[in-house]
Amino acid sequence: MNTQTTIAGVTFKNPVMTASGTFGSGMEYSEFVDLNQLGAVVTKGVANVPWPGNPTPRVAEVYGGMLNAIGLQNPGIDVFMERDIPFLKQYDTKIIVNVCGKTVEDYAEVVEKLGDEPAVSMLEINVSCPNVKEGAIAFGQKADALYNITQELKKHAKQPIIMKLSPNVTDITEMAKAAEAAGADALSLINTLTGMKIDIHKRCFAIANKTGGMSGPAIKPIAVRMVYQAAHAVKIPVIGMGGIATAEDAIEFILAGASAVSIGAMNFVNPYVTLEVIKGIEAYMERYHVEKLTDLIGAV
Amino acid sequence: MKKRGNEMKQKQTAVVASQREIAPMIYDMWIETDLAENALPGQFLCVYPKDRSTLLPRPISICEVREDRAALRIVYRVAGQGTEEFSHYEKGDRVHILGTLGNGFPVEKAADKKVFLMGGGIGIPPMLQLSKALQGVTAKENIQIVVGYRDSRTFLQEDLERWGKVFPATEDGSAGTKGNVLDAVAANGLDADMIFACGPMPMLRAVKRYAQEKDIPAYISLEEHMACGVGACLGCVVKTKEIDSHSHVHNARICTDGPVFEAREVDI
Repeated sequence: MNTQTTIAGVTFKNPVMTASGTFGSGMEYSEFVDLNQLGAVVTKGVANVPWPGNPTPRVAEVYGGMLNAIGLQNPGIDVFMERDIPFLKQYDTKIIVNVCGKTVEDYAEVVEKLGDEPAVSMLEINVSCPNVKEGAIAFGQKADALYNITQELKKHAKQPIIMKLSPNVTDITEMAKAAEAAGADALSLINTLTGMKIDIHKRCFAIANKTGGMSGPAIKPIAVRMVYQAAHAVKIPVIGMGGIATAEDAIEFILAGASAVSIGAMNFVNPYVTLEVIKGIEAYMERYHVEKLTDLIGAV
Repeated sequence: MKKRGNEMKQKQTAVVASQREIAPMIYDMWIETDLAENALPGQFLCVYPKDRSTLLPRPISICEVREDRAALRIVYRVAGQGTEEFSHYEKGDRVHILGTLGNGFPVEKAADKKVFLMGGGIGIPPMLQLSKALQGVTAKENIQIVVGYRDSRTFLQEDLERWGKVFPATEDGSAGTKGNVLDAVAANGLDADMIFACGPMPMLRAVKRYAQEKDIPAYISLEEHMACGVGACLGCVVKTKEIDSHSHVHNARICTDGPVFEAREVDI
């Protein structure tokens, strides 16, 4: 049985990754999970300088999921390269670094610095965080803005770039095509869906930012639909995510056209979920006599 | 920040040893788990509802560790759907927990000192294991446990009385001093060399001011909504005086850098 999958020339031992922002740089979850077994660790978004993030409360529970508005708190690229990359290098897993910024120049600075680090296999460009006022999603909701930033960052990037798309758009295929046309090597989707929760007893917003990004099993059908649409609109590979809790969920995304999958909010619920999904995919392949994982990609 | 926590964290399915309601909406659950072996006062568990519509953990402080270190006690208030589900668990039922989490109270700093253990409402439970852990660290008469309740339907008072002198306060004056924990301190003419406290934010702010006025250290246990409980999601931060270890932006993580902080370290 071969569970390998290849994206933009990078081969992963299996298709299971961690969704950015839900797994830190792997340090916290290494107490629960053998990181060597993961297809890749996708790190929390990192900017050119430290970002303090949003006021609290930053998280709230909603039916079958959660809202978050962390606001991309991060230590900045210099601390990240001194501390987080050396930590991850100890493991036999691929490293994908999620990059955020307020301006194109911010993103470019991070991308350039990461270019000097061969241990980083790919870069995931976060143009879809709904929780920061400047940058991020401003580049991810208009096709021309997405095209421009993708094209610009391709000039600076030494590693293949994955554009992480927002689901908060009218037509996901338009965004997918714009990123592809600008030279993106792969796409990942979906980032969180913008939501809101109101505490009726205190008569206030459940999170300080008022709106937050919704994730968790409740968003999965929307994510599967968007991954299917995007994967059929472009030729570049797609990494699927949104509410994956089990191997069955992961296989749904792969059948919809994802070359790999990321697990996000469910890490919070079950710190062992990534390993359980990997085992479950193997069991599924055995049960249906699937020799190569790649035979399942887009097989519906 | 110095780690006082257990470095071995585990999510597991444990068994409920017993559960009863000890005051209106306040439940007392004993859980059989090997996580009790290394549990420290001031640490907490994440407890997960089984209902898949409520996914996130409920962080609940450890109230007591059984003498044989084979069971933990949690005392919690029913505040929503998750804790409502927990309140129906009976002896023998399964309970999903992650622990033990966070750094406990710095018990060793109380050596031979006169201390206040201040608990407000559902912040009272961690004071029980703390009062037990202080036995032998300082004399029993130095352990002054000041607890604030809404009314005379108090809880854990008898347990606490075994380990120190208890001074209750109630909001409506129906038992002990009328008012809050600091009113009880004033009414009883108490003083101390240091404070351990857990309770609602207005109480902790008042305790911080009191400690500053008296120029004594206060170790306060904070609460915030959490998603992961292990330091990854950055949901439960508090503003700090010093730069934090994770993001270097003066935002400590309550789950892993806390939940206990020296009051002067945090901006609350």
